[in-house]
Amino acid sequence: MSRRGALGVTLWLGLLALTILIAARAHYMADLSAFLPNSPTAMQRLLVDQLREGPASRLILMAVEGGDAAARAAAARATAGRLRVDARFTAVNDGDPAAAANDREFLFRHRYLLSAAVDAERFTAAGLGRAIGATLEDLSSPAGLLMKSLLPRDPTGEMLEIIGQLERTPGPRTADGVWVSPDGSRALLLAQTRAAGSDTDGQEQALAAVRRAFAAAVDGQPGASAGLRLRMSGPGVFAVAARATIKGEALRLSLQSSALIVLLLLAVYRSVPALLLGLLPVVSGALTGIAAVALCFGAVHGITLGFGITLIGESVDYSIYLFIQSRIRGARGADPDGTAAWRRLLWPTIRLGVLTSVCGFASLLPSGFPGLAQLGLYSITGLVTAALVTRFVLPELLPRGFVVRDAARLGAAAARLARSATFGPLAATLVLAGAAGVLIEHRATLWNRDLSALSPVPAAEQAFDGELRAELGTADVSDLVVVTAADLEGALQGAERAGAALSRLLDAGVIGGFDSPANYLPSLAAQEARRASLPPPAELRARLALATASLPLRDGLLAPFLADVEAARHAPLLTARDLQGTSLAAGFGALVLQQPNRWDALLPLHAAGAVPPDMARVRRALDAAAAGGAAILNLKGESDALYAGYLAEATRLSLAGFAAIVVLLLIALRSPSRVLKVLAPLVLAVLTVAAALALTGRQLTILHLIGMLLIVAVGSNYALFFDRRTDEGEGDALPLTLASLLIANAATVIGFGVLAFSRVPVLSALGETVAPGAFLALLFAALLWRPARRVAPVAG
Amino acid sequence: MRRGLAVLLTLQCAAAVCATPAVCATPNVPTTPAVPAVPATPAADEFGAVMGLLAARRHAEASFVEQQFLGMLKRPLESWGELVYDAPDHLEKRTLQPRPETLLLAGDVLTLRRGGRSQVIDLRSYPQILPVVASIRATLAGDRTALERVFRVEFRGDPQRWSLLLEPLDAALAKTVAGIRIDGAGAGLRTVDFRQPDGDHSLMTIRPHGSP
Repeated sequence: MSRRGALGVTLWLGLLALTILIAARAHYMADLSAFLPNSPTAMQRLLVDQLREGPASRLILMAVEGGDAAARAAAARATAGRLRVDARFTAVNDGDPAAAANDREFLFRHRYLLSAAVDAERFTAAGLGRAIGATLEDLSSPAGLLMKSLLPRDPTGEMLEIIGQLERTPGPRTADGVWVSPDGSRALLLAQTRAAGSDTDGQEQALAAVRRAFAAAVDGQPGASAGLRLRMSGPGVFAVAARATIKGEALRLSLQSSALIVLLLLAVYRSVPALLLGLLPVVSGALTGIAAVALCFGAVHGITLGFGITLIGESVDYSIYLFIQSRIRGARGADPDGTAAWRRLLWPTIRLGVLTSVCGFASLLPSGFPGLAQLGLYSITGLVTAALVTRFVLPELLPRGFVVRDAARLGAAAARLARSATFGPLAATLVLAGAAGVLIEHRATLWNRDLSALSPVPAAEQAFDGELRAELGTADVSDLVVVTAADLEGALQGAERAGAALSRLLDAGVIGGFDSPANYLPSLAAQEARRASLPPPAELRARLALATASLPLRDGLLAPFLADVEAARHAPLLTARDLQGTSLAAGFGALVLQQPNRWDALLPLHAAGAVPPDMARVRRALDAAAAGGAAILNLKGESDALYAGYLAEATRLSLAGFAAIVVLLLIALRSPSRVLKVLAPLVLAVLTVAAALALTGRQLTILHLIGMLLIVAVGSNYALFFDRRTDEGEGDALPLTLASLLIANAATVIGFGVLAFSRVPVLSALGETVAPGAFLALLFAALLWRPARRVAPVAG
Repeated sequence: MRRGLAVLLTLQCAAAVCATPAVCATPNVPTTPAVPAVPATPAADEFGAVMGLLAARRHAEASFVEQQFLGMLKRPLESWGELVYDAPDHLEKRTLQPRPETLLLAGDVLTLRRGGRSQVIDLRSYPQILPVVASIRATLAGDRTALERVFRVEFRGDPQRWSLLLEPLDAALAKTVAGIRIDGAGAGLRTVDFRQPDGDHSLMTIRPHGSP
């Protein structure tokens, strides 16, 4: 071993030790956050924050199915009862009438702080006369009959006001004291976890608590509960399931592809030492990749590890090239194992291939998806390390006279095929025309424009979630008014100003309804104003006498009203803490978002009928009401824009990566026509894969686009070998070169091919694009290669 | 709160459903009962005959005046408006005074409209009330047994001038409604008196359209 060689090996061993240390101490995660984009605009940030942290992210939707209605109701009630006393949940609702009674009691007690109708005017003699007169009119109508028992304490009808404020949308129907689906086949429950939606561990514990509560509820009524089952949905359920899937997939796919590649190499080398030596660059690359990601991102995502499989497939190529191509000039004097000649003749081509791959993967680095950026860094570090280890370390470690089994027979057969394939250009032209035709025909439906296409949640589960949401009345609204302020009080005051404008739109029929956190908890300023508008006892008594002189009320009927108002004048103002213990807390919590130094109040709008609200009118009304700070967020539009933005970004990045590869090749090859020859089979492969995906009914996502870039980045390695100028006296290098390419290509196709079977859409999209693409790149490169020219000896 | 509202609205509806089909009944309508009357007692025969008259109605319109007698008020509250019935399960109560509002019962869904806003109540959420509506609908179709599933029914008088006294069998229902008394003459209803357990009651007087 030379001194330089010894230095290389020492450096490598040191690096290996360091990366093992870093990889062992790295933090690994497998939740969805890496594939929730970092968002550019404030509104999109709000959308993503909602998805990650918001109260909506803390909802667990539950359905009890099977058995009979009574058993379902009993199980749902018992489950809800257990969850209510569990500190992991901030709210549990199953339509229990007792809970509703508790809420009503709270609302009635605090009606003079909560009712938006309370102001100084309402408590003048004239105002009281109008309010009580209206209540009497209500009494003579069916809607007011329930007011009868309330009249002595609430003659001005504040309770009805509050209920009108809160009941903007009908809830689910109830049967046997619990919520049920419209067809009655499911009992429904809703729970809100204390843990944020992004806290996957906390969500997992909450789900386990729900399962235990349900199991206990079922055990509590043996016999009757036969066939009952619990189904859950919601963001936390998805996050936990996705994490389990990603964890399982990363391990399973790595093992599968490692096993397949090991089998391939054993079949080729027929030598365990050769296999182990060949895997050294791969292991070094994978470890360095993990260490680099851990150092730069703080945590390594499970999907990055899953993707690392492809790295096994590609980085093993380098040692395959070394082992097989070394035989090209093998067994000659001072260079018994042929590695010196390999370094001189073939390493430059491999080096260029590594650099084009790096250019391709580098375009992932600036991606808005942290997960993709991780994949880019992991791949670049891993490939460069594997190539360097192959070049500088592996030859030093090879035993003297090391040769692998001659692959010349395979190569010779491939060479005969390649040389005889004179139909290549014609076939390529036909394929190009066919692919272009398919792509043009499918151009309208080629791209999937839905963000959910990237979601690892299976479509059936997404559909079940939508069903439960519709049944529970928690269906996603499409338009929100968002009021942002530095503190909760500011946000609530803004919500009140916006709410006043929205109420007028409601009366005008522009919108069908809206929710506001200020309906659950008015701002302190509004509460203070309402409390201050309540007159002292003597004054109220006098005004009331004037107001009711002409009304048919019996004498002394309203004495409880006088007492209640006097109590309300001295009652403390309500804070968010006072809502605890009522289901109003959950309603309120769902409509406010706390950020560092910022509060958002959310006012979801409901359409009047089937027509979406005229948002321009809503905007004008908000501006006119000095609620200009209120922003309108169209969730569907915003999430579409988000996805369109990422598709555009991915297109830009892919084109930039492609351009970088072209520039690199132009510099290295110094001939546009050679660059064209290298790129032609790659472009052909990309078009063919895209056409094949379109033909099989796949819609392309961002990940397919990234995959196409990788076809170019990876496929260029093969195409470059066909461009290589042969050295005089090298002999016929074609058979061994082809053999090494075939085996290397097979390893790469295995690496990406295994990904295609992943249940994680991000991984399967990459796999189903790159695996066939890499193979086609080699095939087209061989077809388009013209041997007549290449065999001519190089001058000098 | 909504539960109480639904209970009361539904009972009112039920009473009105009872009332409306008969309001348009004219003497020349064939009086054959839809279901053969059980010849147990003479009263039962006559009850069956009245049921048959009610069942023969497909569409009916009438005006009503409703008076609410409440213990806490010195004089009754009055409202009036119109009733529209379409067999088998569509009933609309349009109050015109003192405040316009519409109560619509279609199938098991009750819709209350007032001043451009409406509230929808699914009666299936109120299993203790649904039988009342269902049984009264069944009555309209001549199915007396359904009515008697929910109420103890007493028939007085004869088909020319009769009274139906309904008392709830279910204790939970009895907390909301003490009884309903429907007076009629021939095939026409005159009044529906809806009594609450606290002594308050509402009296609906019905006048078919076109009658003096």
